[in-house]
Amino acid sequence: MSKYKIVHYINQFYAGIGGEDMANYEPEKREGFVGPGQAFQGNLKSEAEITATIICGDSYYNENMEEAKNKILSMVKEENPDLFIAGPAFNAGRYGMACGDIASYVEKELGIKSITGMYIENPGVDSYKKNIYIIETKNSAAGMRKAVKSMSAFGLKLLNNEEILSPSEEGYIKRGLRKNIFVEKRGSERAVDMLIKKLKKEEFTTEFPMPEFDRVPPSPAIKDMSKAKIAIVTSGGIVPINNPDHIEASSASKYGKYDISRFKNLTCEDHETAHGGYDPSYANEDADRVIPIDVLRDMEKSNRIGKLHNYFYTTTGNGTAVANAKAFAAEIAQELISDGVDAVILTST
Amino acid sequence: MVKEIEKTGMPVAHLCTIVPISKTVGANRIIPTIAIPYPLGNPSLTEKEEKDLRRGIVENAIKALETEITEQTVFQ
Repeated sequence: MSKYKIVHYINQFYAGIGGEDMANYEPEKREGFVGPGQAFQGNLKSEAEITATIICGDSYYNENMEEAKNKILSMVKEENPDLFIAGPAFNAGRYGMACGDIASYVEKELGIKSITGMYIENPGVDSYKKNIYIIETKNSAAGMRKAVKSMSAFGLKLLNNEEILSPSEEGYIKRGLRKNIFVEKRGSERAVDMLIKKLKKEEFTTEFPMPEFDRVPPSPAIKDMSKAKIAIVTSGGIVPINNPDHIEASSASKYGKYDISRFKNLTCEDHETAHGGYDPSYANEDADRVIPIDVLRDMEKSNRIGKLHNYFYTTTGNGTAVANAKAFAAEIAQELISDGVDAVILTST
Repeated sequence: MVKEIEKTGMPVAHLCTIVPISKTVGANRIIPTIAIPYPLGNPSLTEKEEKDLRRGIVENAIKALETEITEQTVFQ
């Protein structure tokens, strides 16, 4: 039997090309495996072979989605593989978006089975879990070995057309799909069983979990902007020079609150970024590129806005746990309200 | 973070480059920006051109905060 052919997609970092300074790297195809592909090949053994690896910078992909995915699609087409594997991306947001997007596109356009792997909080999960199988991984590359093992095993199952069981049995993230199955007991009996377990305070598994609607209705608009107090919040990690509170470059455990009342404009003399998830050179040169103090000061002067709040709030958004971000923002929101702020401009990188 | 702040009833304008992420996390007023490392700038422009570009985006954000909406809206 001939081996199955696999094409693997990774970013510039895992290809060993570079970090954030190389995040604009354009799509490139190389023969055979690269980086984590070696571990995949080890797990796939003699059943399948990674014939090519496609590498693309995370910023390039996300900033040029249409162009990037079409370039990559034609590279995949040339190889005509049986399976397309992207990542794993762990908790890297842009990498996850790229993996989810390209895997969905390859499967949709070329009909080639595609999988990826991510941590449950990666924004790529909610965006793409409906389209493709996303194997659940740890939140960092420390979980690489396990991720590769489960992705390889799952990929081989798909290749061999084996039956795919439920998300918890297979280790992929719930896709929100319903499947008809035959079971021994009819619905009414199962429901009564469940109710009895519930009454006895025993563990039971619902057959129909309610979807989580994690949405907040839009707040009312500002009626008179010329009297409104506007505050800036950012996940772009802008801090006073030398990062006095040592906000972490990733997976932040805290946020900062800094006085900008004496600044008309931010410069490389006074502010920089602590963020480790993007090339910092542009923000270090001029932090107004991330938090537009200069323009807001002008707008304050011309009375387009009432006032720019004296403080801005900042943290680094990369790899930061959703629970942390929520807690930071809840505290920040309370302070903003007690300081009489009317509206917020929140910038992300 | 956008949602936690918006919950209190304050409108939030989310300025970001990757609009699909902003939609997924549930921002309501979304303002697309230039690039990940310089959302509100462009180092290849002159200082004046760059500030004009930034002013345009911030003006768009201010307008978004003045606009009543009933669902997620991207302000191009």
